[in-house]
Amino acid sequence: MKSIKKVSVFAVVCLSLIACQGGVPKEALELSPESLQQRQQQTRRFDTNNEAKLLTSGAQVLQDLGFTIEDSETKLGMIAASKDRDATEAGQVVGAILLTLLTKQAQAIDDKQKIRVSLITRPASAKETLVRVTFQRVVWNTRGQVSKTEPLDDPKLYQEFFSKLSESVFLTANEI
Amino acid sequence: MTNTMEKTACAAIIILLLAGCQTDSRNLVLATSESQVALRSIQSRVFDTTDKAKTQRTIIATLQDLGFVIDKADATLGTVSATKLNGYAMRMTVSVRDHGAKQTLVRASAQYNQTAIEDPVPYQQFFTALEKAMFLTAQQVD
Repeated sequence: MKSIKKVSVFAVVCLSLIACQGGVPKEALELSPESLQQRQQQTRRFDTNNEAKLLTSGAQVLQDLGFTIEDSETKLGMIAASKDRDATEAGQVVGAILLTLLTKQAQAIDDKQKIRVSLITRPASAKETLVRVTFQRVVWNTRGQVSKTEPLDDPKLYQEFFSKLSESVFLTANEI
Repeated sequence: MTNTMEKTACAAIIILLLAGCQTDSRNLVLATSESQVALRSIQSRVFDTTDKAKTQRTIIATLQDLGFVIDKADATLGTVSATKLNGYAMRMTVSVRDHGAKQTLVRASAQYNQTAIEDPVPYQQFFTALEKAMFLTAQQVD
């Protein structure tokens, strides 16, 4: 019995120390082997040196997709945008209902999400401009806690975005 | 008797431990744990270029390579802020300014979830990635 108490006190001590300090993961600021592949997935090359035109079209496409422009700097070729949307997923709802019935405790499910995106243009040569777009999201559950913070890596997402941008700018989006 | 004493002691330890972390959270507004000089040298590097705009564009590209989404950029101020979400939230501001007549100074500061990053290693990693993209060596500030 006493040893249980000792163990629990020890656990509390450990938990308190962890709560004070969280270490940065080693790979957080390191170029990963996948970073090249991600760059290719998120970048397209356009045969134009008109950066302003690409940025304007980019802003149009983001607006079409319901994003709110948060910041932009045309001198550096940057647009940042975000949108707040529902994050409820049918599968999770069903799972939560079953768990609630089993455990008799209300389960939190994903509720809201903020999708963030940045679009960057960059001159590649005298006649070409690169556009790189990156999506990420934060998800909150029904208790208001953050349940997910993640990059959005689905290749289809990027293909679709660039096909829309290419339509908007009347130029072909070339793979890099 | 011993049982209640143990319980009280246990509660006291927990309270003390929690209190040990923080007394007044308002103190954090101007708080740093590393000395300002040490922190500045950890976070800064000098490059042999005077092209600030190009340096900023390279910083943006490097941050994107590292999985960041760019939040804000200002060519006049020379700042770029970005966020990486990957099970955690890392926010970073990188600023660029003239350093003498022939060099540019780049300073990065970052936070990981609710903590400032004051460990040199993450900054070294960032500047290693940046110098590759810059095709220039990142030099320590004298």
